[in-house]
Amino acid sequence: MSLFDKFKPLAERRAALAELEANPFNVVIERILSPTEAVVNGRHTILAGTNNYLGLTFDSRCIEAAQTALREEGTGTTGSRMANGTYAAHLALEQEFADFFDSPTAIVFSTGYMANLGILSTIAGPDDVILLDADCHASIYDACRMGSAEVIRFRHNDAGDLEKRLRRLGERASKTLIVVEGIYSMLGDLAPLEEIAAIKQRYGSWLLVDEAHSLGVLGQQGRGLAEAVGVEDQVDFVVGTFSKSLGSIGGFCVSHWPELEQVRYAMRPYIFSASSSPSLIASTRCALEILREGDELRSRLWENVHRLYEGLQSLGLALGPEPSPVVAAILEESIERALALWNRLLQRGVYVNLMLPPATPGGHCLLRCSISAAHSYQQIDVIVEAFAGLEIAAA
Amino acid sequence: MPSPQDILTDLYQLIETFAEQGQELDEETELVTDLKLDSVKVMNLMLQIEDHFDISIPLNVLPEIRTIKDLAAQIEELTRVAE
Repeated sequence: MSLFDKFKPLAERRAALAELEANPFNVVIERILSPTEAVVNGRHTILAGTNNYLGLTFDSRCIEAAQTALREEGTGTTGSRMANGTYAAHLALEQEFADFFDSPTAIVFSTGYMANLGILSTIAGPDDVILLDADCHASIYDACRMGSAEVIRFRHNDAGDLEKRLRRLGERASKTLIVVEGIYSMLGDLAPLEEIAAIKQRYGSWLLVDEAHSLGVLGQQGRGLAEAVGVEDQVDFVVGTFSKSLGSIGGFCVSHWPELEQVRYAMRPYIFSASSSPSLIASTRCALEILREGDELRSRLWENVHRLYEGLQSLGLALGPEPSPVVAAILEESIERALALWNRLLQRGVYVNLMLPPATPGGHCLLRCSISAAHSYQQIDVIVEAFAGLEIAAA
Repeated sequence: MPSPQDILTDLYQLIETFAEQGQELDEETELVTDLKLDSVKVMNLMLQIEDHFDISIPLNVLPEIRTIKDLAAQIEELTRVAE
């Protein structure tokens, strides 16, 4: 008997994958060339699965800001925000997020995962309820496990099911935090946020929106889905990440409740993590400024989204319900065949994400693309051509 | 509020559609090991049970549910609280 025995099934599955020419869960970017290109398996590859929505990872202004911070402030803070890890730039970034969302306060975390872990595991206590969309991200589920609130799921994007569950909770509805995402990461579908916000108001509940995939992508100013559908004043907490449209690493939470500041030093993931390095904070500040002025970037992103969505649709593929920067081809194929299709795309010089059940909606395998403002029309066309002729059985 | 026996009878009917044809069900039948339900099937079964009994089963209690008897006990508790 060994502590490692329980990992044998996982090891066997990984060993089977290792026999393939390329393993979708062990891709090595041998050389990154730009926000949209890399060398993978010695081959020049278009990256269509990186969540780099605004393509800012190679922006010269962000790089220069990071280089300056690196030179002047060093490689890391070596400490928690609660101890020696709060530099002036961390506070400046928090103020900039607060200004951007017109909120009294903002908290910056070292990762997006940590933002959900910190906020959700702390804000909802033992007498409270978290009512989350069934398709929420793993960080939200993990946060629920770490916290002490009662946790209930409602059917994905089903406002009627949400309302039914709030009704069942009776008076406890006023101590219930509803958790949804702006854009869901698997199929790229949007939450029916107007309906959800109206229900939240009716029951006197609380609402948290994770705008990880919608920050910089939706809304006139790029604040996400809540801005796009005009319900920002009904959203109590917005959580987001720096590792998608902002092209770095980190997370944040803003709220129109000034009391959020009281939560800061109650969050163990926040207290017991080293703060972000000065170079990360510097590039994020620069990227946030670009995002705020990013009308043109957003227009380019959406042009690319429509080009890819329509291109894949014309091939007869089943896609997520609406065009968004996440465009997923939904397969009616076995896992083995999905792996082979993914591999053939890579051989054709296109990297996408392969998503497998049980992590996927409906138990389908997905070939998931994410689009960037930095993709050229030519690259989008190459991606569509790579999908053409794959003889995919669409769900 | 349904009686414990009513809950069990309804549960057998709901679970039958998820079990292999002809599989015997009793109170000690384990959902994961005996019925070989994966996590997606367990979640779908829970949704049907929730609709049927007009309850919400918190995720927190799922680790405590191994057998049909455990599930029935949780449903009884939740329907009692809802009264």
